[in-house]
Amino acid sequence: MNAPVKISCRNVWKVYGEDPAQFFPGGNGDIEDPRALWEEFEARGHIGAACNVSFDVRTGEIFVIMGLSGSGKSTMVRCLSRLIEPSAGQVLVDGGDLLQLSDRELIEFRRHKMGMVFQNFGLLPHLSVLENIAFPLKVQNINPRKREARAREVIQLVGLEGREDSFPRQLSGGQQQRVGIARSLAVEPEMWFLDEPFSALDPLIRRQMQNEFLRLQKLLHKTIVFITHDFLEALRLADRIAIMKDGQIVQLGAPAQLVLNPADDYVAEFTKDVPRARIITAGEIADIRQTAGPCRLNRRIDAHTTLEQLMPLLGRHPEGLLVQRGGADIGVVTPQQVVRALASERD
Amino acid sequence: MRGRWRAGEIRELAPWAAVILASAVCIALRGRAPWLNDLPPRMMIPVGEWFNAFMDWFTGAFKGLFRAINWLLSWPLAGTQALLQWLPWPATIAGFCALAWAASGRRLALFTALALFYMALTGYWSPSMNTLGSVFISIPLALAAGFLIAVAAHRSARVDRVVQPMLDLMQTVPTFAYLIPILLLFGFGPVVGVVASAIYACPPMVRNTILGLRRVPREVLESGLICGATKRQLFRWVQVPSALPNIMVGVNQTTMAALSMVIIAAIIGGSADIGWEVLSTMRKAQFGQSLLAGIVIALIAMVLDRISWGFADRARTRAVRRRRPGRTGPLKPWFTALALMAVCVALAAFIPAARTYPEAWTVYPADLINDGLRFITANYSEVTNAIKHTVLFYYLLPLKVGLANAVSPFSWGFALTPAMIWGYALLTAVIAWRLFARHGGRAALAAVLVGALLYFGVTNLPWPPFILATTLLAWQVGGLRVAVLSLCGWLFMLFTGVWAQAMLSVYMCAAAVIVCALLGGALGVWAGYNRRVSNFLRPVNDTLQSMPLFVILIPFLMFFQVGEFTSFLAIIAYAIVPAIRYTEHGLRNVPAETVEAAQSMGATPWQVLWGVKMPLAIPEIMLGVNQTVLFALAMLVITALVGSRGLGQSVYIALSSADAGLGLVAGLGIALVAIIADRIIQSWSTGRKEALGLL
Repeated sequence: MNAPVKISCRNVWKVYGEDPAQFFPGGNGDIEDPRALWEEFEARGHIGAACNVSFDVRTGEIFVIMGLSGSGKSTMVRCLSRLIEPSAGQVLVDGGDLLQLSDRELIEFRRHKMGMVFQNFGLLPHLSVLENIAFPLKVQNINPRKREARAREVIQLVGLEGREDSFPRQLSGGQQQRVGIARSLAVEPEMWFLDEPFSALDPLIRRQMQNEFLRLQKLLHKTIVFITHDFLEALRLADRIAIMKDGQIVQLGAPAQLVLNPADDYVAEFTKDVPRARIITAGEIADIRQTAGPCRLNRRIDAHTTLEQLMPLLGRHPEGLLVQRGGADIGVVTPQQVVRALASERD
Repeated sequence: MRGRWRAGEIRELAPWAAVILASAVCIALRGRAPWLNDLPPRMMIPVGEWFNAFMDWFTGAFKGLFRAINWLLSWPLAGTQALLQWLPWPATIAGFCALAWAASGRRLALFTALALFYMALTGYWSPSMNTLGSVFISIPLALAAGFLIAVAAHRSARVDRVVQPMLDLMQTVPTFAYLIPILLLFGFGPVVGVVASAIYACPPMVRNTILGLRRVPREVLESGLICGATKRQLFRWVQVPSALPNIMVGVNQTTMAALSMVIIAAIIGGSADIGWEVLSTMRKAQFGQSLLAGIVIALIAMVLDRISWGFADRARTRAVRRRRPGRTGPLKPWFTALALMAVCVALAAFIPAARTYPEAWTVYPADLINDGLRFITANYSEVTNAIKHTVLFYYLLPLKVGLANAVSPFSWGFALTPAMIWGYALLTAVIAWRLFARHGGRAALAAVLVGALLYFGVTNLPWPPFILATTLLAWQVGGLRVAVLSLCGWLFMLFTGVWAQAMLSVYMCAAAVIVCALLGGALGVWAGYNRRVSNFLRPVNDTLQSMPLFVILIPFLMFFQVGEFTSFLAIIAYAIVPAIRYTEHGLRNVPAETVEAAQSMGATPWQVLWGVKMPLAIPEIMLGVNQTVLFALAMLVITALVGSRGLGQSVYIALSSADAGLGLVAGLGIALVAIIADRIIQSWSTGRKEALGLL
């Protein structure tokens, strides 16, 4: 994962109240003692929604922000698109500060660079599926023929052929969200924001849509910020996850990292019911020290092999297996390591 | 059976003891201190005179401006009316049918055709077209102004803070009161009706548009923003279309209000419209004529209501529409309609009967109706009189002047003896005690208050206890703000010299509201249990509610003549609608699970109704009662035409003598009564809903 950073969120704050600006002279979010500031403005009748949030999202990455309701995750994704104006901090996109754009520039930026999908779809009730999807193009004053052609392309992409002339109310939740997805992709944005896109759907449909989402991403390679309150969903989709609580990021890392080494009890609580064998891969538990020694093992497996797939193999090769990434051996896995990884419930 | 105080009741009821004591003192002293009944004239604040002086200056200073507006409006008005008069009647019918068809379909088109044909048939074509001409000018004015005000209020919180109370006031100040200042500013003429109607019809548009804009889901707005929509694009393509269903409801209500006011404006005369036909014949007691003309108004109301509602409904359920871009599908029926109208116009050039409906073809059974009515009054006057006197002597009169004055040999057949008075007091005490045992102190207090009120009468109460009691109630139910409103409101009426009239209005309104609540409540319960009843009542309610107010007077006037009883019935007929609707709605919306829980415990249907459904539905039902109060006050003013007394009568007098000051004071008085009642009931309902966890 060495792709360039696309979005960089630096010391972003969002505070609600009479006059939030007073706490951030010069709009600077780099506060020495964030906790103390938080307490100060709460004492003065202000409410904090995001507190000193920093993270980088790399090009082509699926970055998931996970948290319970009220944790500030929706606020964060809206700060990235300036649907909510942050109180302080910087949001750098390709190195330029989004917060410095004028209204006119922001509109241009949104027209070409961003797409967003909403929890309750946010479809325009008076427009047909086709018109809804073509709406971002209409806003850009692209001529009707062109925008219809493009809308039809995206409709094909999300598998909504035949429903072009339906209205949102006539569609099921899953179909409505497909419209939402198609609309957000109509302008071919570089950045794709999804705010709890599958939370309003039935579990079965949700699963289906997650697969669909992964398929699309394989095709399109967008830079994605995905919001969810469902830890399992985050694990399934994410390249990296940021867990938020009370407006702060409590832990940021790859899914398996979170599962193996939760930063605190709060994160550990989420990891409790996780099917670890399906999340943790051989690469993450491979013992590097053992590759140097005299190699009596000749059976090799890929670093991406999950423990679930690994276990039957280890049953046949109790002495251990060599783990390989990109053609090179990176370590050894043994049954003991697998047991330790699965058993580390909280020691 | 032992009574006991419930938690917090003593603290709540202690001030009431003080109020009762104060009332007793006031009642005992009032013989010696007449100012307790009403303030002497020297203590009045001449608000009315100040306003008159202001109006004198204002009309003088801005005469040119208003004359100019008058002149400006008179052109489109005259043009529209002339066009409608010139158009051959089949062409007009064809045009309206096309509109009805587009709004809702074949059935409404047929109804519209029949309704318009009735106007031609009875010979009311020309006045009907004049009314429609006025309405067609005032509606777009009201819609445009309403829309702009709503958008401004939506964008700026400061504007909103000014607009909201204005809306409250405008919707409670009675219709007649609007006319006076407009009359002074614009002078006599048909434009006055149009201006009054446009102003009066504005608030529903403002309210519904604000509501619609506010209800656009946040995500829908954000989806527009994230596409990079500019403010203009967002407004035109996202906000307004999303709010359209609500806006169209506003259009419907504004249309009806505009018609209502155009009809009422006939009272100032000067226009040969259908309102004038009804009013002038009503004054001459030609009930057959006024009934026939009243039916025209009713039909216009129904047609306009159904057409505008049809469009509103389509905005809500527009999903059926299928349009391919680049084709002018929806315009085709309009071309057909235009072509049809052109054919009618062409035909009219050759066939005179197709131009103006020939007089020889008219059917006008007014005399027949009058004869029938005369026959009924000649032969059945005993029945109608018996009904009238029973209600007057045993219900209205005791409420108005109290049993102390109402019971006389003339009315009840005997005079009140001291023994009877003691018996009455004892009965009240026993009832209060039993209520205390079963339902606690509040119920007992209510019984004592009702007992006292019935004995002394609403209009005979000295003002201090009345103001104290209502303000205390307002304070306990709605807090300081409502209490201050109540106190200031009553004091305003007291010091501007309309106290006696206000009490007459309060009495009449209360009398009607009580009947509406009981009768409407019963009908609502029935409808809540029986689909067929509900399906029958719904169109009846719709029709009653969309009816311009003084059409409702006609049938009662026919049988019971001018007087208090006729106003009483007319008020009930109009104000009962919300009582029925809200009761049914409240009962139907009780969570099914709660009802099932009670049934699974073995509760009988009766127990389910009184033990489960009613307690949960009562906040909603009270909102219905609240609406009933507002409706009753609106109708009360109109019933001044048939001889009801009180503030409505004052407004009516003010109108006929062009006394803007009196109109303002009395009109504000009615608005204040309405707003005080509204705030108290609303706060109670909200508090109750919160307590029940329904909010």
